[in-house]
Amino acid sequence: MPSPAYHAPDTVKEATDLLAANKGAKPLAGGTDLIVQMQSGRMAPAAIVDLKRIAGLKEIREEADHFAIGAAVPCTSLKNNAALVAEWPGVVEAANLIGSVQVRNRATMAGNLCNASPAADSVPALVAAGASVVVAGPSGEREVPVEQIPTGPGKTSLGDGEFVSEIRIPRKAKGGSDAYLRSIPRTEMDIAVVGAGAQVVVDDSGTCTAARIAIGAAAPTVLLVEDAGKALVGSKLDDAAFAKMMEAVSAACNPIDDKRGTVAYRKATAGVLAKRVVEIARQRAGGN
Amino acid sequence: MNAPEAKGSFKFVGSRPIRPDGVEKVTGKAVFGTDYKAANMLHGAIVRSPHPHARIKSIDTSKAEAVPGVKAVVTGADFPSIEDIIVRTGESSGSALDMSTNIMAKGEALYDGHAVAAVAAVTKQAALEAARLIAVDYEVLPHVIDINDAFAAEAPKVKEGIQAADLGEGQATRPNVTMKFPMAKGDAAAAMASAAHVVSGHYSLKPVHQGYIEPHAAVATWKADGKVDVWCSSQGQFDVRGLTASVLHIDVGNVRVMPLEIGGGFGGKTTIYLEPVAALLSKKSGRPVRVAMTREEVFRATGPAPGGEIDVKLGADADGKIVAAEIDLKYSSGAFSGGDVWAGAAHSINHYAIENYAVTGWNVLCNMPKHAAYRAPGAPQINFAVECAVNDLAEKLGMDPIEMRLKNAVLPGATGPMGNTLGEIGLVECLEAAKAHPHYSAPLGANQARGVACGSWMNYGGPSTAAVALADDGSVLVTEGNPDIGGSRASMALMAAETLGVPYEKVSVTIADTGSIGYSMVTGGSRTTYATGIAVIEAAKGVINIMRERAAKMWECDAGDVEWDDGKAVCKTGDNAGKTLTLAEIAAKAGATGGPIAFENGVNPLQHLPGYGAHICDVEVDKETGNVSVVRYTVVQDVGKAIHPAYVEGQMQGGAVQGIGWALNEAYIYNKDGRLDNAGFLDYRIPVASDMPMIDTVMVEKANPGHPYGVKGVGEVPIVPPLAAVGSAVSKAVGKPMRSLPISPDKVHAALNGG
Repeated sequence: MPSPAYHAPDTVKEATDLLAANKGAKPLAGGTDLIVQMQSGRMAPAAIVDLKRIAGLKEIREEADHFAIGAAVPCTSLKNNAALVAEWPGVVEAANLIGSVQVRNRATMAGNLCNASPAADSVPALVAAGASVVVAGPSGEREVPVEQIPTGPGKTSLGDGEFVSEIRIPRKAKGGSDAYLRSIPRTEMDIAVVGAGAQVVVDDSGTCTAARIAIGAAAPTVLLVEDAGKALVGSKLDDAAFAKMMEAVSAACNPIDDKRGTVAYRKATAGVLAKRVVEIARQRAGGN
Repeated sequence: MNAPEAKGSFKFVGSRPIRPDGVEKVTGKAVFGTDYKAANMLHGAIVRSPHPHARIKSIDTSKAEAVPGVKAVVTGADFPSIEDIIVRTGESSGSALDMSTNIMAKGEALYDGHAVAAVAAVTKQAALEAARLIAVDYEVLPHVIDINDAFAAEAPKVKEGIQAADLGEGQATRPNVTMKFPMAKGDAAAAMASAAHVVSGHYSLKPVHQGYIEPHAAVATWKADGKVDVWCSSQGQFDVRGLTASVLHIDVGNVRVMPLEIGGGFGGKTTIYLEPVAALLSKKSGRPVRVAMTREEVFRATGPAPGGEIDVKLGADADGKIVAAEIDLKYSSGAFSGGDVWAGAAHSINHYAIENYAVTGWNVLCNMPKHAAYRAPGAPQINFAVECAVNDLAEKLGMDPIEMRLKNAVLPGATGPMGNTLGEIGLVECLEAAKAHPHYSAPLGANQARGVACGSWMNYGGPSTAAVALADDGSVLVTEGNPDIGGSRASMALMAAETLGVPYEKVSVTIADTGSIGYSMVTGGSRTTYATGIAVIEAAKGVINIMRERAAKMWECDAGDVEWDDGKAVCKTGDNAGKTLTLAEIAAKAGATGGPIAFENGVNPLQHLPGYGAHICDVEVDKETGNVSVVRYTVVQDVGKAIHPAYVEGQMQGGAVQGIGWALNEAYIYNKDGRLDNAGFLDYRIPVASDMPMIDTVMVEKANPGHPYGVKGVGEVPIVPPLAAVGSAVSKAVGKPMRSLPISPDKVHAALNGG
């Protein structure tokens, strides 16, 4: 087995050129999925394009209407950005449930997204937050909603020579907040059996004016359950609204039976977690 | 001799000094199995069967041999044919032929992960590439994994040539049943029929892995003179030597095994997997070869503890005295006969005095790796079933579960179910201590429940050798042959210090290779502190005798007039009466008084005693998700005498953690094709630190009269009761019996939702 070629470009353009020129090339950010897959023999890329030397990709920028999180920002770093933590505590928590401390010191949200596991912890939180990504490619950049990147387990909508260079999370709405929870048999170092992310916005009267619910590990890709959000909008987030929301979540789930959980368990637990994350997000939103 | 036994209190025993190996280990410098490198060493890789059962029609190694850097390839055909002799090791004994066949398949692959070929090359990459290019032509055969399926009379045969057990006249043979182990007393059926209260249940457990952190690794060199040197981590270099020699069919004296530090074994490193492979690759290549397993290989090819299918029926009189037990237990030993089921039967009711019982154990083969010992091999499974049933019985009678156990507890002097007389055992003391512990009466929160269980392990003694030598500056050098898994260097140093009357810091302990000291059985069976401890104490006494002679020479008196007291020789008569010579003073003059001072001896102590423990567990169940948290846990155990209490507590806590993992999350999961689906720590879920509460320990010290300082084995008892303690607590919280392990969140959720 020949070792793959290793490239560490300085610019996005160089990176996309290298990826376009090498069909079997893979972008490398934290490497916590890629290197493990290479070592286990599941993946043998012809070349590796390391993104970490590209200017700006290890930074978090606070723009007027969004946070821009570079593709090579490790999950641990997210916790050090006070503004991000204040506006999107659920996203930061989700990213910091991945693996162990050592893993999170390397792992990135962009990598978590592009690994395209339906159980990726940061993805439901990003989807609930309404985040998008910048996809860099040979013909320039395009901005795509997060939920459109994974297309199935291990598969993405990224074309030849493309990679995710940045994650954009809109600035939080007034009266809004978010949360993410997952169900695992242990307390950490595990993969979600089911995950749920929620963003809710409540007005001064306590009425929900907007809600986004995303579910992980319950379908081939992370699900944005629009009906679940609709079930909450206009309600005071009361029991009746929760019941409708949980029903919508269970209906949207299309899980499999596997070693980590059964279909029945995932469907039921997805609703429970959705209710819990909405409750947490509401409490957080109420604090504003 | 003025032996230290007479002392009412100890000077060093019972203290908690830092372990001698601690600094090297916490700074990452200690040399474990995969760390060892020999000059000019090659790297090995093993080709493993992807099928749970297949005939190996041919193996084509030509492409592998053509890979640049490849120096040797071996298959089953390179292993010497050997007689089917029984080789004894610490916690398990087995046939050398089975061991050889397990190490490298011969014509038939018997489980997913069974080794079928191996290569050695100048780099790991070349070895892996060559392994990939070895073409094995398999004819896939029917397989069977589940114990119930394998037990059936019409089950597919796990392999050719099984010697099925004779199940008695008129009974059809079952092709995969290799042992029926009955154990009976009185008339269980009649006593059951007349019992006032009867409970029964079926209990299921999946196979589990020992989960040691360090994967297996071995370096071997087959030298030009025909001698083989091996460096590996194991639970016993002497048994690695014996097993390796048996499989290679060479004299024991031609194999020398150098022990490396061990990163966990729990019974699973009392056997061998890689040493003969590395040796044969070395023989062919003429260079030292290292073979190391990946974590995936560890799960697929090394020792799971058996799962079990168990039926228990208990009958009690109106007062709660258990009058009858009917127990049927089926365990699997994987694809090779042997197994733990006899030990399961023996430990089923050895903690209770029951007059009428009928216990039947069955060993069933299945297409899984050859079972290996795991901490109290065979006992946790049966204890789960019996202790859950005892809790059911207590509930039925409205009795406190500890009261119920006290009423039935086995007492010193009783005869155990295997016909052994039980000596100074401490079950009653453990139960009393558990009952008195604040945990037992603490209030429970919402969705919380409490479970209790007690259990035992037989423990063992057996052969050990130790030597004590003095350096001329008064340093004390202890040499022994047992790998240090749980702090035994510290315990040996404490016992030597106590015997000699010198500070712990003056004592250094070396774990010697097989060429440097006499035989010691494995570190296993909870035997090391007991048996090797006696060897160390006896060797220290031998040195004391020599020192008395040397002092007598210096004082020109009889050795009989010199006593050893608190680290000094004391002259009792004559002109020098009252004079003393310290160990260091005598050692400094050794050259002038007769030469080096050293004493080596071998012992074979068999006055070991079973150990008993009682556990209390509180769980909290998330009724919406089925998640179970262990919120409080207390381990009470009779430890005889704790030589180093911190390491005894560590054993108690570690055993409880492994038992909790077994109860809640751990299991081998096979897919429909018979392939292991969770060969890694991500989906084979041992507990992580944040899963556990602080595990409280209570050491009951009821001295063992068969050890100079009162030691009883402590390492295995603590994994026995947790399964039932956890299982009973969850059952109570859920309101339904949870009798199938692991009690995973989806099972709890299903039970709570009418499943």
